[in-house]
Amino acid sequence: MSAIPGFLKGNFRSNESRTCDTTGLPVCNTASLFIQLHAVFAVVFLLVGAVAAILLALTRWPAVHLLPADWFYRVLTLHGVNMLLFWIIFLEVAIVYFASTSLLNSRLFSKGLAWAGFLLMVIGAVLVDYIILIGGADVLFTSYYPLPGHPFFYLGLILFAVGALLAMINFLLTLHIAKRDKTYEGSVPLVVFGATAAVIIAVLTIATGAAILIPTLLWAAGIVDIIDAGIYRVVWWGMGHVSQQINVTAMVSVWYFMFSLTTGAKPLNHAVCRGAFVLYILFINLASAHHLLVDPGVSTAWSIWNTSYAMYLAVLASMIHGFTVPAALEIAMRKKGYRQGVFGWLTNAPWGNPGFSSIFMSLVIFGFIGGITGVTIGTEQINIIVHNTLKLPAHFHGTVVGGTTLAFTGLAYYVVPLIFRREYYMKGLAKIQPYIFVVGILIVILGMQFAGSTGVPRRHWDVSFAGSPIPIPKMESGWLALVGVGGVIAFTGLLIFILLTVATVFFGRSNKGKPMESWGDVKDVSASAGAWTKEDEHKTPGTWALVSILLVSFVVYYFSNWKALADVWWVR
Amino acid sequence: MSFLIPEKDWFKAPDKGERNWIAIGIVWCLIMSVMMPYWHVAGKQNSRGESYKVKPEDFSARVQKFVETNSVGKLGNIPIVQPNPGGHAYLMGGGYIWYPILKLKQGQKYTLHISSTDYQHGFSVQPINMNFQILPGYDHVLEITPTSTGEFNIVCNEFCGARHHVMTGKIIVE
Repeated sequence: MSAIPGFLKGNFRSNESRTCDTTGLPVCNTASLFIQLHAVFAVVFLLVGAVAAILLALTRWPAVHLLPADWFYRVLTLHGVNMLLFWIIFLEVAIVYFASTSLLNSRLFSKGLAWAGFLLMVIGAVLVDYIILIGGADVLFTSYYPLPGHPFFYLGLILFAVGALLAMINFLLTLHIAKRDKTYEGSVPLVVFGATAAVIIAVLTIATGAAILIPTLLWAAGIVDIIDAGIYRVVWWGMGHVSQQINVTAMVSVWYFMFSLTTGAKPLNHAVCRGAFVLYILFINLASAHHLLVDPGVSTAWSIWNTSYAMYLAVLASMIHGFTVPAALEIAMRKKGYRQGVFGWLTNAPWGNPGFSSIFMSLVIFGFIGGITGVTIGTEQINIIVHNTLKLPAHFHGTVVGGTTLAFTGLAYYVVPLIFRREYYMKGLAKIQPYIFVVGILIVILGMQFAGSTGVPRRHWDVSFAGSPIPIPKMESGWLALVGVGGVIAFTGLLIFILLTVATVFFGRSNKGKPMESWGDVKDVSASAGAWTKEDEHKTPGTWALVSILLVSFVVYYFSNWKALADVWWVR
Repeated sequence: MSFLIPEKDWFKAPDKGERNWIAIGIVWCLIMSVMMPYWHVAGKQNSRGESYKVKPEDFSARVQKFVETNSVGKLGNIPIVQPNPGGHAYLMGGGYIWYPILKLKQGQKYTLHISSTDYQHGFSVQPINMNFQILPGYDHVLEITPTSTGEFNIVCNEFCGARHHVMTGKIIVE
């Protein structure tokens, strides 16, 4: 029996589990093995993606222009696939294995299934990277039909997806046996609920992926020719966009988890938080229509329906989390006695704890940059002045890099001491690592945002257009230099994370048998702060200040884009 | 703790603070939802997605006929073509060029047909920064009215192969 509230007798076999020396949570040894395997490979692919990133940043910086054209597009393909699929999905499998076992007091359903999923993911990912590097698939992440890629490129993606699907099935079956064996009583924790939402979206993603990748594989192998360029885009984005919603959902779950772990925050209202996750499941996949707003063949009604009705309900979900997550933090900090002014709870937060600072900055960057820009440029008409310019990667570097990747690296500062049971090397450096990374990525985003506003295309090797059949003036964009400079800083930050983590995982000092060393706790000073009343449980003036600034920024950015649109030629 | 089993009575209505924020969120989402149909009525820049199925060789033939009928000069060896105001104009993306060069009149409406003869392309008019997706097999129809004069450059902003970055074109507006 465990002292954790709600936990009954676990369903672990003998010698299959241990109790965490820090949190008191049960740890299934099988799950722990696979959490470690997936996390290690996640970081390996993060390194591949990061090396690709710095090469790209140094190529788009006109004064450096490092790579030749063919290698630029090759490395761009490598960057997209490794970052958006391999790094993130490997880590997500680790997250869902953790959530379904330790948080539900259960063993992992099947070791065999876990091995099969893991090996397929590794084989698929290695195959894809190999094909890209030998020049077999210079087709970018989207591999838009009819750009020709080697059949093994699509085959590798399919193997990876099948592996991920097996992991998701293993997760769902673990939920099932935990319920069946009555390892807990009551409802699943919020983090498990969020992870389940992410898995449901992942299964949808993989099903859509099969619908597009299998015909594309058959076409690439010369067996059939049934694909249409427009329909390819509709179905491909059903996978390509929705896969990024797995990240959003998993990231929000990680926000709740990490704030809880670092400050003791708990949600104000479970029904609200869970309702927001349900909105993600129901509406976020239809929102993939916003990739097709200036496409031929899709009607106005279809575009508006999918991007207003569907997308905005998912946006509402993010706005809800954007309130409930900081509100939970604010209440927890105020309860601990930090009640000075509007932001005393925030200034006294554990900013030296990389597991906290990463998560808070992830929340802010995702909301203020990724969210606001994404909703605005996903507006049917505004997309005319944005489509395929650098404003687009500016947006999604605010969601998947400043949001998801930052949150997941913050999570690692706890996964390594708790699951690998090793203490980080050079903790001082680890504490400033998130800040270095954030400064870099913010400069990259700023550069892309403003270069994109002047029309600089994304996915483009040379905006001097030298050697063009119709000579045109080169695009003088000083903003591109910022992409280069920011890229160097962000890469430095990410490399520090990768090196520290890899060194720690393999050679770090073991902390087996004792609690992990604290990154910096929040002292409880409530004794000197006066009485805590029931009314205080709902008072969040700081969160209201933050969301008010968010809303004003949102409205200003949104309408200034309408204004910019109104200045271009008339078109219908 | 959000990672622990919640208390049994967790399912309850949100308190005032959360309710207010959700209400504000819904109102803002409704405003954004209304803006798109509103702009179709009151705005001058819209994307309707009007398009017709076309074989690349058929589209290529239409472009050639358009060039022969309306050609008014050359820039290097690329024809400059002036469609009739209010008439149809054709632009073909493929082989790393936007063909031909178009010469238009300010304030006149043209029905512009754009398609690709090979891969997907991004029709991107600079420096005004107007962008549309162009696909092989689709005749993408845009009713376009240039509101400013000068030389405008077309770049390709959808990756279309090894020499994607040299794919350019031109629209001259008088």
